Amino acid sequence: MSNQVIVSRSEIDTGASSPHHAAAPEPQSPRRFTPRKGAHLALQLLSVAAFIVLWQWLSSRHISLGLITFENIPAPSDVVPAFFGLLESPKLVAHISNSLLRVFSGFVGAAALGIALGLIVGRSRWVADILMPPLEVLRPIPGVAWIPVAILAFPSSELSMIFITFMGALFPVLLNTIHGVESVDPRLIATARSLGAKPVSIFIEVILPSATPSITTGLAIGMGTAWFCLVTAEMISGEFGIGYFTWESYSLQNYADILVGMGFIGAFGMLSSVAIKHVGKALTPWLAAQEKQH
Amino acid sequence: MNAVNQSSALAREAGVGAIAVDAVSIALGQGADRFEAVQKLNLDIPSGQFVCLLGPSGCGKSTLLGAIAGHIRATQGSVTLDGEPIKGPHPDRGLVFQHHTLFPWKKIIDNVAFGLKMKGVGKAERRRRALELVKLVGLGGFENRYPAQLSGGMQQRVEIARVLINHPRVLLMDEPFGALDALTRNMMQELLLDVWEKIRTTVVFVTHDIDEALFLADRVIVMTHRPGRLLADIPIDFPRPRHRELLTAPEFVAIKRQCLHLLHGEHAQFKQPDPLERLSPLGPSLITETQIHLSQ
Repeated sequence: MSNQVIVSRSEIDTGASSPHHAAAPEPQSPRRFTPRKGAHLALQLLSVAAFIVLWQWLSSRHISLGLITFENIPAPSDVVPAFFGLLESPKLVAHISNSLLRVFSGFVGAAALGIALGLIVGRSRWVADILMPPLEVLRPIPGVAWIPVAILAFPSSELSMIFITFMGALFPVLLNTIHGVESVDPRLIATARSLGAKPVSIFIEVILPSATPSITTGLAIGMGTAWFCLVTAEMISGEFGIGYFTWESYSLQNYADILVGMGFIGAFGMLSSVAIKHVGKALTPWLAAQEKQH
Repeated sequence: MNAVNQSSALAREAGVGAIAVDAVSIALGQGADRFEAVQKLNLDIPSGQFVCLLGPSGCGKSTLLGAIAGHIRATQGSVTLDGEPIKGPHPDRGLVFQHHTLFPWKKIIDNVAFGLKMKGVGKAERRRRALELVKLVGLGGFENRYPAQLSGGMQQRVEIARVLINHPRVLLMDEPFGALDALTRNMMQELLLDVWEKIRTTVVFVTHDIDEALFLADRVIVMTHRPGRLLADIPIDFPRPRHRELLTAPEFVAIKRQCLHLLHGEHAQFKQPDPLERLSPLGPSLITETQIHLSQ
């Protein structure tokens, strides 16, 4: 049990540092376009193009490689018309708005509970002993395994879907918040105290800002996992949702639409994570100042 | 330093900041590792005096400072400030460490203003007073930077400004310039004296650098190796303001020789001689004057 906790922490460590570095601008003149950057960009675009060409070839020729077969995988030339078909569909707005509502409701709930719980658990050994063991047992259970329980527990199918995205987002937020609170430099707390800070001020002035980078990392990961859980959640849905659309396309054998749904989910997931990262950067201006310095 | 006269902002009550250390013993560690860091130490520091605690590493000088700060509890005896027993950390006793403890997420001005914020002073007023102190320590123009954007010496200046804003009765400094390069250290010593001329608060300054102690202090307390006891109490009467030429004046060198002798005797009593000393064909006697810093 305790081993599991330690492993999960170290996973977070690696996760915690990379988003900031990945998002960090180049040290010198980040916006200027140089031939060197142009070459890198060209190479990256070329790689995407090569991937699409390969996919087109494998699918259109119905290549079978034994272990994996492309006989039934739609080719890009089938997916693009399907994409425009969905764009013109009157249901598109309903699909997207329903999915956004589910993902964001689950995410906001997970963020609120995860941060609040994480702040308390990170500061109190007693609360950690009381709350963490059951949470650690629930943590590895994947979203899809929650479906039957979610249906039984929530009379509204809408709430069961929100619950599944919520479960997906909760643990990254919770564990990153705990990690952030636990890694507050005790010297800073002692200093605040000797400068006249009372416990509430120490919490607001020291612990919260110190944990903010870790919390925003948790939120970015949580946003991603909330989208991962969307298809799972919308298996329950009767009518609308991008995840539902994807799942329904499989049931109806509209294979090209599956890939369109996947593309939509990927794009929305990426956009939401980028939005969270920007919010995180705005909340931690001192980190950008440090990056520039070194 | 061309700091303007800040007497209005830094006016403090006269005659406060007297420290009395009475038969204090401090034991640290647990079980078998428990040892006495300070033993039956008596020390009276009158209001407004600049005192340096000088001694080899591990002599308990930082422990004593921690007891005055309120971070460490005396095992026996009492530590009082203006007659009141010290029970815990308080903004009245400002503490500066070797490595800065500035809040990385606060701009310089807000780091300095932190003590006022905790007292409930409004934003405009506390920023105005913080800016005065930022200028006093020679950092005007840097108030909107973050700590990570400053050099080590500048960070220590911010640290000093941040404790001074609380009008502390005593300023406690634990090797505050120990991590700085030699030139920056000299500059910081002069800056500290410059600031102190204006505020005249009681200062207790821990160092193992003899030059630093003699240059800064009104009085140098030399401590023995563990358990820390009082070895010598040397008044330093060089006129102020002091300048770096003092370091080569004959009177200065004479006191320095006295300190080296005290510390070297103390050092040799507990430590094996340095390998280089043992290898020297002339023996350890020649190595005194050149060894300014008492390394381990």
